[in-house]
Amino acid sequence: MNKFWRNALRSIGMPLLASLFAIVIGGIVVAAIGYNPLVVYGSLISGAFGNLYNLGTTLSGATPLILIGLGIAIAFRAGLFNIGADGQYWVGAMVSVWIGYHFTHLPGLPHILLALLGGMLAGGIWGGIVPGLTKAYLGAHEVITTMMMSYIGIFLVEYMIEEQNAPMRQPGSFPVSPPIAGNTQLATFLPLNVFQQAQLSVGLWIALAAAVVVWILLQKTTFGFQVRAVGFNQRASRYAGIRVPLYTVLTLGISGVFAGLAGGVQMLGVQHQLNDSFASQYGYTAIVVSLLARNNPFGCILSGIFFAALNTGGQNMQQVSGVPASLTDVLTGLIIFFVAAERLIPVLRAWARRRSPGRRSHPADEGGTLA
Amino acid sequence: MTVLANPQLWAGTLSLAVPLAFPAIGGTFSERTGVVNIAMEGIMLVGAFFAVACSHWTGSAWLGLLAAMAAGGLVSWVFAWAAIRIAADQVVLGMAINFFGAGITAFLLNTIFGYNGTPTTTPSLPMVTIPALAHVPVLGWFFHQQSILVYLMLAVVIASHWFLFHTRLGLRMRAVGENPLAADTLGLNVWRLRYTGVIIGGILSAVGGAYLSIGILNSFDVNMTNGRGYIALAAMIFGKWTPFGSFGAALLFGFASSLGNALQGNQVPTDLLAMLPYALTILALAGLVGRSTAPAADGIPYLPNR
Repeated sequence: MNKFWRNALRSIGMPLLASLFAIVIGGIVVAAIGYNPLVVYGSLISGAFGNLYNLGTTLSGATPLILIGLGIAIAFRAGLFNIGADGQYWVGAMVSVWIGYHFTHLPGLPHILLALLGGMLAGGIWGGIVPGLTKAYLGAHEVITTMMMSYIGIFLVEYMIEEQNAPMRQPGSFPVSPPIAGNTQLATFLPLNVFQQAQLSVGLWIALAAAVVVWILLQKTTFGFQVRAVGFNQRASRYAGIRVPLYTVLTLGISGVFAGLAGGVQMLGVQHQLNDSFASQYGYTAIVVSLLARNNPFGCILSGIFFAALNTGGQNMQQVSGVPASLTDVLTGLIIFFVAAERLIPVLRAWARRRSPGRRSHPADEGGTLA
Repeated sequence: MTVLANPQLWAGTLSLAVPLAFPAIGGTFSERTGVVNIAMEGIMLVGAFFAVACSHWTGSAWLGLLAAMAAGGLVSWVFAWAAIRIAADQVVLGMAINFFGAGITAFLLNTIFGYNGTPTTTPSLPMVTIPALAHVPVLGWFFHQQSILVYLMLAVVIASHWFLFHTRLGLRMRAVGENPLAADTLGLNVWRLRYTGVIIGGILSAVGGAYLSIGILNSFDVNMTNGRGYIALAAMIFGKWTPFGSFGAALLFGFASSLGNALQGNQVPTDLLAMLPYALTILALAGLVGRSTAPAADGIPYLPNR
């Protein structure tokens, strides 16, 4: 077995095990308050994957999570925590919609590309300029700056549509922007009616392609190597001649580009206009998407689908079994906990060994190596 | 400039600083001992929920506050165990606690109290106006009709500073966060000191949450912290991992939010005013404070080979 497959197995096995732990604990909780865990989980799974429509809804929800998750993963690889992807997503969405209902003389494809590029650029600027430059040259912590910029971005987008006479508001009683031009709406993922109803657009193809691009970028290019080097050891990278400030700005910018792209794809593929849906908080869920994927681009696809499934399945679970949908957030928390606690198993094993008489544990057994 | 002579602006500043200052100082305790803590948001929610629940069940808001501290302590104990004993990635762990806290409180709210929210008869902590303070000209503006927790916060700020920088235990906790190996060599128990820091931090964060639920209100709402735990994280870094710094950053934030509220109704749109605290923080961070350096061993698990 070569290194690639061993790594792949390991990076899938641990999250799977963590999810299993969480699901068992969740099942115990559900049983303790008097529900049948099998019914509860059954309705969760059927709600997420039970038929083509549910599958489509899940995949549609996964699309922005995968895209934002990829961006956050890139930042994590460089040792940077982009906690403000939510704002980058919304700024990207705003610019894409703005382009989407202007330039109506353009034909479909160029118009779509222009709108998505605009969204990517906006997200990149939002993540790269202020957080990137202040981190690189003033040492401002990116956790603060990306988050602050995120709030500012969301308030900016809200301002654009919230009040009467707001710059992007469509006249009327609802805080929405004008709809994007009909020919900028993204086509359906596969030409199936059911996917159209589920609002599953070609955005998913974009997300899948983006994962490949990120993988190539990180693993096969000098740029990716240097990003990872900076994340691994900043001081060594500096002595090796890598321009760390430049990479800080670029990495945070690229991270924002993906969040902005997610915003654009979501607007062009699903919402078709800006509206007051700021509670979606994709930017925060996407953090756990990349954490569960351990910053692996292909893992982001799986974990994006997984968390979207928890979301769509959770709503069905609440309707069918009566257990509040917030149980899925509890599960998410537990899963992430067990992902972090990957050394739990060796520690428990060492404990068990110490307890059993007649055998002495070897000190090196305790914990194994650091990840 | 008449807005600056508005007493409500200053009372609001102090009041809005409370739910940031408690968790920010809590985070300071944790990170000074070397455990990165981004779990304030989740712990605040847990504190806020159990404050209301126990306040309702026992009929005493003080018991509610105690329950919040106990719940916050318990959650942070689990966090500490995973971060210290099994050397889990502390950032990942923090996000786990945040999701878990949001989920479990919403889940318990719906299963225990149904979908109509917590009972409206829940007692809340008393509001206090100290007559001697209320009549001092400018200072009185700050202390008009404040929750008892506002006064507790001021005490906690001073006590935390004294504890961290002027006691032997505080020195030891900081030593463990800077160089655990050296501290261990000198006979300090690194793990126990880190447990202490994280659990004190959890208790303080939970008090910050309780302020929201039984300090200024008497109810719990899903995700009612609304990102304050993350802003507290920012305040802690902004305050350079010191109690006074954290408090100052929380005050700045409280002031900017309060100013936004006070200016409402003028020509400026609400959403633009709402940006003020966040923009101010970036400006202050870039212009005034500059490089903030975390404790040297922050986030690095300590695994002695014993």
